[in-house]
Amino acid sequence: MTGQPNSADAVVVFEGVGKKFIGRTAVSNMSFTIPKGQIIGVIGINGSGKSTVLKLMAGLQKPSGGRVLVNGQTANRLSCRDVAFLPEQDVFYSAHTVRRTLDFYRVMFQDFNIAKALSIAESFELDLDQRIAKLSKGNRARLKIVLALSRQTPLVVMDEPLSGLDPLVRESIIKSLIANVDMERQTLVMSTHEVGEIEPLLDKVMLIHEGEVRGYEAVEDIQSEYGIGLVSWMRELSGERRRDGI
Amino acid sequence: MVEQFSSTQPIYMQLVQRVCRQIVRNEVQPGEKLPSVRDLAVQFGVNPNTVQRVNMELERMGIIESRRGQGMFVTEDQPRLIMMREQLKEELVTRFADEMRDVGFTDEEIVASVRSHLEKSPDQ
Repeated sequence: MTGQPNSADAVVVFEGVGKKFIGRTAVSNMSFTIPKGQIIGVIGINGSGKSTVLKLMAGLQKPSGGRVLVNGQTANRLSCRDVAFLPEQDVFYSAHTVRRTLDFYRVMFQDFNIAKALSIAESFELDLDQRIAKLSKGNRARLKIVLALSRQTPLVVMDEPLSGLDPLVRESIIKSLIANVDMERQTLVMSTHEVGEIEPLLDKVMLIHEGEVRGYEAVEDIQSEYGIGLVSWMRELSGERRRDGI
Repeated sequence: MVEQFSSTQPIYMQLVQRVCRQIVRNEVQPGEKLPSVRDLAVQFGVNPNTVQRVNMELERMGIIESRRGQGMFVTEDQPRLIMMREQLKEELVTRFADEMRDVGFTDEEIVASVRSHLEKSPDQ
């Protein structure tokens, strides 16, 4: 099910990718492909290299070695045309209103669908005239979701979209992902710690540990072959290495 | 509300069973149109690809039929629906009987306890 690297069906290809920062290696020798039209979860403990992997596939980081292809092209700063990236931090102008923020994105990105943005914002009951500075944490998180889901890019990458949110906000965001990702044309890659909660949402899951892909499988295979859930799978795979003492 | 799933069986199989039970309970009628893939995905809180999988499986089983351009419908093939109801009964009875025998109840005890339970708690 992992599949051979087949660029035609893949939206992302990593070939021997490494990323070093001064004094430390964040990602080493990673090769994998992400098929089109799926939802992929990237899981792993803090500091495992998840964010670096997501930034590499969004063209926001340059690999130190190997190659990253997005939609058949080498990933770089221009990849933002093909990738909608939801960052973990907030990147709004706090003086802007919600409406002005949506307008700003419409101008920034040609593929931004303002009608879809307004409809998702309405489903979240976001007040368009509210200033960003006045939004609750949950509503800032929802606004980020609106911005990412309203872009019509082949790849949508979300770094921790559920982190630090209460269960009701998380649930509304998960529902919105299901309702608004265009599975015929889009692939969603998201990192999260809420492993149990997003399990029903995922086609495949990738476990990153110490800068390596430790596991990459269809969720269905994990459930039917091992008869376990993702949390146990994650625990088993990240524990093995430690017992080997490596 | 997002549905709860067990992690020990693929979600699509759990949903196949759920839909079959809805049909047996008559919550969904023969010939009735099913909601769209997207709507079912939102309702169950699962990936739309999983719902596609569920529909493919139910169609293969002959429980639902796709009508070109109109979506998916529950079959009106009564013998097939009766067979499904019988299969579900068989499954539930087997599970119950296996568990009772496993802890050592005799068949006479099992039959007697079922009868007395049903008498004590009549169906509304």
